[in-house]
Formats: sequence, C-alpha cells, structure tokens
Amino acid sequence: MKNELPLELHIPEPKLRPGDAPDFSDMKLPAAGSAPRPDTHAQARDTHHLVYDLIRVLDDDGKAVGPWNPKLDPETLKRGLRYMLLTRAYDDRMQRAQRTGKTSFYMTCTGEEAVAVAQAMALDRGDMCFPTYRQQGLLIARDWSLVDMMCQIYSNSRDRLKGRQLPVMYSSKEAGFFSISGNLGTQFPQAVGWAMASAYKGDRHIAAAWIGDGSTSEGDFHHALTFGAVYRAPVLLNIVNNQWAISSFQGFAGGELTTFAARAVGFGLPGLRVDGNDFLAVYAATQWAAERARANLGPTVIELFTYRASAHSTSDDPDRYRPAGEGKCWPLGDPVERLKRHLTGLGVWSDAEHDAQILELTEIVRTAGKEAESYGTLGTGPTVSASTMFDDVFKEMPWHLRQQRQQLGI
Amino acid sequence: MVAMNMIQALRSAMDVMLERDPDVLVFGEDVGFFGGVFRCTEGLQQKYGKRRVFDSPIAEAGIIATAVGMGAYGLRPVVEIQFADYIYPATDQLISEAARLRYRSGGEFTAPLTVRSPYGGGIFGGQTHSQSPEAIFTHVAGLKTVIPSTPYDAKGLLIAAIEDDDPVIFFEPKRIYNGPFDGHHDRPVTPWAKHPASEVPEGYYRIDLGKAAIVRPGDAVTLLAYGTMVHVALAAAEEAGVDAEVIDLRTLNPLDIETIVASVRKTGRCVIVHEATRTGGFGGELSALVQEHCFHHLEAPIARVTGWDTPYPHAFEWEYFPGPKRVAEALRQAMEA
Ligand SMILES: Cc1ncc(C[n+]2csc(CCOP(=O)(O)OP(=O)(O)O)c2C)c(N)n1
Ligand SMILES: [Mg+2]
Repeated sequence: MKNELPLELHIPEPKLRPGDAPDFSDMKLPAAGSAPRPDTHAQARDTHHLVYDLIRVLDDDGKAVGPWNPKLDPETLKRGLRYMLLTRAYDDRMQRAQRTGKTSFYMTCTGEEAVAVAQAMALDRGDMCFPTYRQQGLLIARDWSLVDMMCQIYSNSRDRLKGRQLPVMYSSKEAGFFSISGNLGTQFPQAVGWAMASAYKGDRHIAAAWIGDGSTSEGDFHHALTFGAVYRAPVLLNIVNNQWAISSFQGFAGGELTTFAARAVGFGLPGLRVDGNDFLAVYAATQWAAERARANLGPTVIELFTYRASAHSTSDDPDRYRPAGEGKCWPLGDPVERLKRHLTGLGVWSDAEHDAQILELTEIVRTAGKEAESYGTLGTGPTVSASTMFDDVFKEMPWHLRQQRQQLGI
Repeated sequence: MVAMNMIQALRSAMDVMLERDPDVLVFGEDVGFFGGVFRCTEGLQQKYGKRRVFDSPIAEAGIIATAVGMGAYGLRPVVEIQFADYIYPATDQLISEAARLRYRSGGEFTAPLTVRSPYGGGIFGGQTHSQSPEAIFTHVAGLKTVIPSTPYDAKGLLIAAIEDDDPVIFFEPKRIYNGPFDGHHDRPVTPWAKHPASEVPEGYYRIDLGKAAIVRPGDAVTLLAYGTMVHVALAAAEEAGVDAEVIDLRTLNPLDIETIVASVRKTGRCVIVHEATRTGGFGGELSALVQEHCFHHLEAPIARVTGWDTPYPHAFEWEYFPGPKRVAEALRQAMEA
C-alpha cells in the first residue's frame, strides 16, 4: 500500500496551562458504589473491567456505598483521620523548616495522605513497604517516631542515617519501611524480590511497593510486573497517579491512551483503579489485594487516582506549568475533608472535635520539632561526626578508606 | 558579545543549532514546556515548537535508545538526562549501543547524539544529585566526554558536540551554572557577569573537542582540572602562592595529550584534581599518561586530589568536596618533593 499522507509526530499536551482556569469537566467519574467487587479468588481477567472503572466508596454526601465498603468501625476510621491530619501537620512544619534554612529540601504529600495511611492500616504491621518519597504517611500510620523522622530531615546528631541521605529519604527496617532511593522506580522490582524471598521462606508477610505515574515509564516498573507475574510473588504493586511528574502531566507516561491500572492486563495480573482520595476505597482495595497475595494468588496492580495538590518539592514552582488552584478543584476532593464528612455524617465526629484534633496534632508536631531541633539542624548543626562518612561503604573498611579518613583529618 | 551565565550559554548553543539545522531536536524529562529543572531549555519549545523541543517519559534508557534510533535515521538529537546520577538506567544503550553502533555496522549506522546532563556536587543534593560519573564513560570506547567550566566554553563546546558525528556525553557542572565557584562555600556567590568568560557571542562559534585550555600559565607545577574544579584549582594556586600552570582539560576523551605533556615537561610536576571518587577515577588515567610521557621530566610524584571513595554525603558536602585547601596542600607538597 502506498503511504499517501506524510507521517506526523504526536507530542502529548495537557489541556490547560498557567493562566487557564482549572477545568475537570471532561473527567468521567463513575458513581460511588457502582464498581463491582469480584471475589478475592477471582481470575485476573475477571478484574480487568475494573482497570477502566474507578472504585469509589464515599459518595458526594460522604456516605459509604457499594460492595467495596470495607465497613470499618468508627474507631478505625477516626484513627485513619488522625494519621492523615498528623501527616499534614508534619508536612506543614517540615516544609516551613526548609523555608527557614533548617534543612536543604522537603517534599509534601498534600492531597495524597489517604494513599499511604489507608494502605498502611489495611496491611499487617509485618508486611514490608517499598515506598517512594511521597509515602511518609506509612511511617506515621505505623506510629513511627516523628522525632526520628525529623532528625533525618535535619541531618542532625541523632539522624540514624548519619547525614548521608537527602531529606525525606527515610529508612526504617523496624517499621518495615525500605530505604528510599533517589533513583525513581528502583524499589518496584525490589519489592517483588522481597516478596519472592518471603514466599521462598514460607513466611507469612507480603510486600507492597509504590511508584509514581511518571516513574511507571522506567524499565524497572515493567521488570516488577514481569517478575511478579512469573513467580506469582505476594506483592501489591501500587501506582500513585497524582497526574503530575514534576512539570510533566501523566500523558508523558502513557496516560493519554489508557489508565495506569490497565498496565496489569498485558501481564495477566489483576488490576484495580481506585479513587485515591477516598480513604475507604483505598483501604478496601488494599485489603482485597493483600488477601489475594496471602492466598498465594500473586500480585495485584492498583492505580491510586489522585492529585498532587502541592509543589513537587521545595525546589519546584508548579505555577509555571499548570493552572493555579487545580488541586482545589480536583473533582474527587480532599481525602481529609471527605473522611471527616463521612465521620460527621455517622454522628461520631464534629467540627469542634476536628478543630481540636488539628490543634492537638499541631502541638504534638511542634513539640517533636523542638526536640528534633535540639539535636541539631542542617543549618546550624550539630551533625554526627563527618568522619562517619567513611563507615558503611563496606562492612569492613578497606585500607584506602582508612587512609582517606585520616587525610580528612577529623 | 553578551554576558551570559552557563545556563544561558548552553541554551544559546541549542538555540543556534536548532536554528541552523532542522535535524537537531531537543528532548528529555521536563525540558519542553517547563524548560528543564535547571531552565537550560527555557523558551526553546515556545520558539521552535513542540515537535522539536519536547518532554519525554521518565525513562533514561528510553531517552537514549530513541535518540540512537533517531541518529540512525539521520537526526541529531540533543537529549537531557535530568541529573547525571540518573544516567545509569541508560548505560546499556550508551555503552553497548550508542558507543558501538558505528563500529559494529562498519560505519553504516551512527549515533550522533549529544547527552547533556547536570553533574557534580555543591548544592546539597545528597548522593543522588551530586555524582561525577565521568570515568564510567571515559572508559568506554566510542564515547566522547566533554565537561565545560565557563559559559564561553560551554556554548562553543556544546555546538561542537552537537555537530560531532559520534555520541558525546556532555556533563554540565551544576554548581557553576550561575557563577564560578572556587570552593569557598562560606563566601558570597559571585555571578558569572564578573568573569571574563561570561562574554559570549550570540551567534554560532565552536570550540573543537579534544582541545584543552591553559587558563593560568605557570612554571612551577602543572595542575590538571576540569569543570568546577578549574575554579578551585585557580584559587588554590593563588592561595598556595605557587606558580602553577592550570590546564582546563575541557574534553576528557579524546584528550589533549600534547598540551598536558608540554606543560609537565616544562614544570616537572603534576597535580590532578577532580571531584569524582578517586579509585578508578579519570585522575588515574591522567596520572598513567603523564608518567608514560614525562617520566624523565618528573621531579615529584604525581598527586591526585579527589572526592573520597564514598557516596556523596548530604550533610558533609564540604568535607567531601576537594576544596582549595586540599588542592593548595597538594601543590605545596609537590613543590617540596
Ligand atoms: C531515575 C530518575 N530519573 C529522574 C529523576 C528526577 N525526578 C525526581 S522526581 C521526578 C518525577 C517523578 O514523578 P512521579 O513518578 O509521577 O512521582 P511524584 O513525584 O508525582 O510522586 C523526576 C523526573 C529521578 N529522581 N530518578
Ligand atoms: Mg506523579
């Protein structure tokens, strides 16, 4: 056949740019409660309609509806709200700490709190998490010490990572939280390897990994799905689609043509697409996938559909590439407000209690902040001794590192 | 001539080449609409359209691989790897593919791509925004490696790199994007405008690859450096009161061996500085070459001042960075030997 038309190169472009008014009117949202819930032992292909759907539990009035309602008791829901508020208060203080020179860098997870918090709560404490830099909520929902986290942010004398890592690159084996890498995507197949090891050992703990929409472009994402599928590894493969990867909208990761959950289809894995700002939906989907993994049915790909409400990091200015105020117009709202509304509707929570809790948590974070600062900040010190930079390169320090440490003269 | 910082000079080089050659295109993570996280490509998409300057998926292997394919077609892609620390996923495409395509196809196919990447430390970037991985690439047959130290050089070298018919790794020392940096981190930052090499022609010019520059003539000792360390070396020579001949290598591979040999034969002493880790670093190669070519002229052991053999620690940037004090000490020792 003769080619009549000259070929054309397609370059994705988001609909709106700075100066435009936010507009999500063309976003098709299935009604809350409408997505069916397959049995956890269903065939992967029987979940595949869900990769184009959206699992939602909380409706616009804050009521929990449909088959995915995890029917959590009010105390669990209140704990979820508390952890999300605590995460927000923590982010707020650390962001300001960066602005005032107490550290070099910070990243918030504003608008995405439900992802880490609900998932941490739906997993077992012994399950192993392989997060990105935006899942600080995992540590918080596992009751990890705020002071310890802050000491890492400040690279101070009590920083367990000894000032080596960029702020937010936490590591806590005790909390089942894998050391965060600055190199995107690397954790995704590592989680599969951890899960394979757990299965090899006949253990009972599963793994969970997170990756951003943008980072699904990396080869490591595909390695994770391939190995996960081949070995039926007990792992949750979570894609946090917050619409943006620094300045690049999700169209540059392939989001123009399909959903991220649909990546599961080609690998024969079950896939769920979930309203990431709906605490209940995130909880329910995580529970579903965890149950499957524990039953030796292998990985589930979960897309958490959300919006990065704040800047990528303290080095970023989103007003240069997307309409100002888009986060406020996100059709799926704010995870904290939505869970609050649900609890209020249940008659177990009130505005007054909510406000009082924010004050209480702000105070908790402030107290932790003061304590962490008393151990030093990046701006003013103290840090651990600089000579420790030669430790842990290897288990045993070779001669040349000894010599270099001597030359440093500290 | 206009005063430019390094970012403006690099942008100007891409601007000139986009203008001159319709086969040049620019892409990478966040380089399109946003203009790059360091703003190097700012305004280029607006000027040349998104067909020629565009964002890419976050996939360094994919970026390099597609650039190889485009090169095979006959285009001249200029791609950005957002940080040199993130180039590793692309190493197979760079080392096994781009570098060897000409060779394995008997010249039938080539990969004339330019890989720009911000590199080096000094901005509290921690271990994944601070690395200097040049030696990984200088070790590869078929790759050229270029590292500029001033706006003037950056533009002329980048144009030469884009015009080069072989793949070029072009590392941009990010600490000197906005001003020269002599390693005195506690002193106020000086902007490029005060430096003579910020005077940059607006149009086309090129600085041939493979040519070093003597940035400070001297008789006592030869000081080899590149990138940020050129400025550190100059400061160290002043501070040590040593009449060092400071050579900015500019291109590491192919290396300007004549300039180096002529200088060391004159001075009889050689100190090599780089920010990268020491073991297997490019300083080892330089040291071997100097020894091979100048053995009978050497009056002192060749010295290396480098980053330590550890990852780049976030809080101990200045203990890690081989600053002017360490370089000056090496100069004094070379003189006393
Ligand atoms: C291998 C690698 N390439 C590039 C970067 C630079 N980078 C850091 S974050 C980021 C965007 C990631 O976006 P996404 O995966 O959507 O996660 P989000 O920040 O939205 O949570 C980029 C390009 C990196 N850290 N690692
Ligand atoms: Mg994202």
